[in-house]
Amino acid sequence: MEKPFAELDALYRDVVLDHYRSPRGREPLPAPDVQRRGFNPVCGDEVLVALAMDGDVVREVQVKSRGCAISVASGSMLADLLPGRTRGEAERLIEAFRALLRGEEPAGDLDLGDLDALRGVARFPVRIKCAMLPWMTLRESLRARERGGEDAQDAAATTEEARG
Amino acid sequence: MSASTRRDGRLEAGGGPTAASLDVARIRGDFPILRREVNGRPLVYLDSAATTQKPQVVIDALADYYARSNANVHRGIHKLAEEATEAYEAARARVARMIGADDPRGVVFTRNATEAINLAARAWVEPRLRPGDEILLTEMEHHSNLVPWIMIARRAGAVLRHVPIDDEGHLILDRLEDLIGPRTRILALTHASNVLGTINPITRIVSIARARGVPVLLDGAQSVPHLPIDLRDLGVDFLAFSAHKMLGPTGVGVLWARPDLLEEAEPFLGGGEMIREVTLDAATWNEIPWKFEAGTPNIAGVVGFGAALDYLESIGMDAIRAHEIELTGYAFERLSAIGGLQIHGPRSPAERTGVISFSDATVHPHDLATILDMNGVAIRAGHHCAQPLMRRLGAQATARASFYLYNDAADVDALVAALSEARSYFGEAVRRT
Repeated sequence: MEKPFAELDALYRDVVLDHYRSPRGREPLPAPDVQRRGFNPVCGDEVLVALAMDGDVVREVQVKSRGCAISVASGSMLADLLPGRTRGEAERLIEAFRALLRGEEPAGDLDLGDLDALRGVARFPVRIKCAMLPWMTLRESLRARERGGEDAQDAAATTEEARG
Repeated sequence: MSASTRRDGRLEAGGGPTAASLDVARIRGDFPILRREVNGRPLVYLDSAATTQKPQVVIDALADYYARSNANVHRGIHKLAEEATEAYEAARARVARMIGADDPRGVVFTRNATEAINLAARAWVEPRLRPGDEILLTEMEHHSNLVPWIMIARRAGAVLRHVPIDDEGHLILDRLEDLIGPRTRILALTHASNVLGTINPITRIVSIARARGVPVLLDGAQSVPHLPIDLRDLGVDFLAFSAHKMLGPTGVGVLWARPDLLEEAEPFLGGGEMIREVTLDAATWNEIPWKFEAGTPNIAGVVGFGAALDYLESIGMDAIRAHEIELTGYAFERLSAIGGLQIHGPRSPAERTGVISFSDATVHPHDLATILDMNGVAIRAGHHCAQPLMRRLGAQATARASFYLYNDAADVDALVAALSEARSYFGEAVRRT
């Protein structure tokens, strides 16, 4: 049987699988300023995103995923990319990543780092939510922090707005 | 594909199905979609628990209805209206015969099984609930047999209780006995689990419930399409199921209820068709079952459903059941030979339907479904709208293959081949990083 590896290799790039195999940022933060659980109602994937902040800047991140290779890798990349960025920069990253998953070239000169390896997801539309889950959860965390941080620690973000 | 299997589902030699009584090759010829390719491979459709494919006779029935007889039902006195009404009501009688209902007035057409359960919950159960009353469900229910009860319990101040399952996915009947109490107003449970495949022993359960005077609602979405069903044997008070899971069109479901319960139930939706007389301030209700069919129904869909039932009957539900037992046994045999695969639910094909959920230590179900899809194999991956059951299984998601009359051993072989390929791809892909 001829193997459909070309298509699959575009989805499961080596960089993606490396993040899946050894996800970054799993260590719990001693004192997170805000945290949110995210949940993909379609498949049951879950993620926890916790942030330690210095004012407007994300100092440390914990991302703890239970899910498929795409959502775990995406969360791991988030943990790599986020520390040191402001809330505004994080929002721009989310938008740029979303554009990439739609098959568009992200505007501006934003460096997406390893996230670029997830551009293959654009060819598998049902998997876009998997990739967006940690990022939607990050957005919820940042918004909760903006609102005062401690409200509704258990409120879950969902991927429903990730359709874009 | 294993060399020993043919498209007709029989094995030339060796293990697996040997005496399949269905002519699967001929049946497959009746389903045009099974001739298409997906991602350059022949379609292997193993997601019938989600929805089934449609035979040409059903597709033709829909087209013929619109081409020849389309009109609104129960209204006009012209010829087309008469034909449409006749076809619609004939399908109702057809459904009644299929499930062993003596009186077609017990058959209410809805949009789907979910709406059928909501109808029973809202129209008959909710008006009878007092604060502190109990609704008894089970741990293996689909969301459609959980959420309607959560909604009415919240409004009425009622309490939800759940019969637990054991590790093989059987209901623990001793616990059922304990949980049915003087305040239990309804027992609502599935006939066959959409995740585990477990077929629940309904006659036993009904006799327990009856002894306590508790009515039983049966979610038949996964059983009516696959098992011979006779309400006279089951003894339940309500039965909900969907046309689209048994070769019929989407958008048609059935609530069967004991006619005396329907008589005393409140209407669910208000509008045309369900009334007898309307003034500006008041209305009286139509006879059952039309009291529960407000507005123009899915007439073409119901007519198509009738054609689906004719098709199923021409093959025979006993033969379909025997075929699925054989195929499930063969799938168990082949899947068990793959190490590291955890198969959920009862082991004995006689105690289950052709729904096989499994977890794989190597590949997450989502990734597996994508890789299988690239091989033309359609399975379901996820929580299967049964999140509480997933928690009970300790699985966040599973992969699920489900069979119907058009599947055969070659489909199982294709699944196993694609599965092995997915595991080696993922194992390999992970190793080489």
